[in-house]
Amino acid sequence: MPRYRDDDSALAALIEPDQVHRDVYLDQEVFDLEMERLWRRTWIYAGHTSQVPSAGDYVSVDIAGEPLVMVRESNGSIRVLKNRCAHKGAKLVSAPQGNTGKFFRCPYHAWTFRTDGKLLAIPLKTGYEGTRLSDCPSGQGLQAVANVATYRGFVFVRLADEGPSFEDYFGDSLSSIDNMADRSPEGELEIAGGCLRYMHNCNWKMFVENLNDTMHPMVAHESSAGTAKKLWQGKPADEPKPMAIEQFIPFVSDYAFFDGMGVRVFENGHSYTGVNFSIHSSYSAMPEYEQKLVEALGEEKAKSVLRTARHNTIYYPSLTIKGAIQAIRVVRPIGPDKTLIESWTFRLKGAPDALLQRTLTYSRLINSPMSVVGHDDLHAYRGIQEGLKATGNDWVSLHRDYRADEAGERDRTVNGTSEISMRNQFRAWARYMTPQYVTPQYVTPQGTK
Amino acid sequence: MIPPTDSAVREALIDFVYREARLLDERRFDAWHDLFADDGLYWIPLVHDQQDGLNHASLMYEDRLLLKLRIERLKEPRAFSQQPESRCQHVLQRPEIEAADGEGYRLRTPFFYAEARGDEQLVFTGVVRHHLVGESGAWRMREKRIDLLNCDAALPSVQLFM
Repeated sequence: MPRYRDDDSALAALIEPDQVHRDVYLDQEVFDLEMERLWRRTWIYAGHTSQVPSAGDYVSVDIAGEPLVMVRESNGSIRVLKNRCAHKGAKLVSAPQGNTGKFFRCPYHAWTFRTDGKLLAIPLKTGYEGTRLSDCPSGQGLQAVANVATYRGFVFVRLADEGPSFEDYFGDSLSSIDNMADRSPEGELEIAGGCLRYMHNCNWKMFVENLNDTMHPMVAHESSAGTAKKLWQGKPADEPKPMAIEQFIPFVSDYAFFDGMGVRVFENGHSYTGVNFSIHSSYSAMPEYEQKLVEALGEEKAKSVLRTARHNTIYYPSLTIKGAIQAIRVVRPIGPDKTLIESWTFRLKGAPDALLQRTLTYSRLINSPMSVVGHDDLHAYRGIQEGLKATGNDWVSLHRDYRADEAGERDRTVNGTSEISMRNQFRAWARYMTPQYVTPQYVTPQGTK
Repeated sequence: MIPPTDSAVREALIDFVYREARLLDERRFDAWHDLFADDGLYWIPLVHDQQDGLNHASLMYEDRLLLKLRIERLKEPRAFSQQPESRCQHVLQRPEIEAADGEGYRLRTPFFYAEARGDEQLVFTGVVRHHLVGESGAWRMREKRIDLLNCDAALPSVQLFM
């Protein structure tokens, strides 16, 4: 018996301004609706242009349950196609990445398609004479995703025909991508160093919420980062910290530190922690690199770029980034209790290798399936996934520092330990899941929108 | 390649590999940690034939300090992901001595590894490569490299040492 599919009022009732019903994490039907609505109506990260540098290069990616392939065309443009042969539906490519040459060739019956999706050839084509193939969808070639946007190499898709424009959807939150790319002396990023793939047996929202949850590190990571801190205790102050120790210790900073970091939220669920400073602010200087950046950007701009050390920026719902260390985590939901987290790292073009190595060290220490910090976090998410099966209290609390007027603001900065980022995510969730029940009145300088 | 002719040396090297795995299976982590040379490295590459642990991601790439951190964490009452504790079991094929150089020997050992926690058990297989060197009159690991058959798969939490 469907509870939510045919009853948007029941779905809308799952979200209150300061608490959410447990079914948003547990229920298969809610998950299916999330994929159909939220993940199709919003802009989802597909990949980075540097993954497909040459004509014919492709990467395959699943978004909202659909197999897609992002390909570089011979004219240099990026195309995202449904990875499904127009004939009988076989996937055209099954490798995570590769080069398809000038066209895709189906491995089943050798139908071929140009990289823009147009049908190129069918073996023994005379067999279709007198049929209505050319009038049917199967005669039209591959389906191309109509709404594709690229921002400084980050490629996003919106699968639904209707929805917000890319610029309206992300707004000023794109400044975090700018900060990452601006850190390159050439202003460009390049995916490098492989992809760590960590399977999480929890709901995707637990991971996303945690990225701006500043009340957990000193608790959940006491055994990992706290042990790193203990191991280093008693060392002379001038003893150079190994990079790993330098990266671990800030995780167990105190509440005042995380509160002082600040959090800024934008409409549509985006946010970042580390408005004022972050756990990435006190890494050792890299003079050779900083000099290069000064030469490229000028002293003032270079200093401003480097001073901006945001913690995690969430591009709701699919992408979270760390500009300060050029690492991203991509959220690929598989089921209500299954989520693939992909961690990718970037080389700053024109920067010394030491920066990529720092990024890779961080990503390995924090994002590998063998990371102790990762173990701490996933244990907490899994604990929620199991704990929420308890009846008696159907609600998950998001009350910390709730203010009734926050829902009306499109861009708000508050103290870092507020749970505003999570409430902000669920406001966006409701907006795209049950639009007829939500008519947000965002206050802008130009009036309401 | 210079295969050692001295069967006593060969036997000592093979015994080392078996004992090393056994210490892990018996959760004698401090004794295991002592088996690493001062510059010892424990490495689980992310991709097949990975040559570089610095400019490419790895599942693990840890020196003695980071290994010590893991071991100390396992003793912490607030290592929540270890409630209940994980257990592991190595099943090794007989190690082959692949090479010898002035510093020591390189051994290659196919293995199965199981890690269990509560109701769940993970099974991995692959090849472990030891680079053993003499240090203070005993064999020590300069490098233990574990090449997993499914190194590039999406993996769940793997919490102990392979």
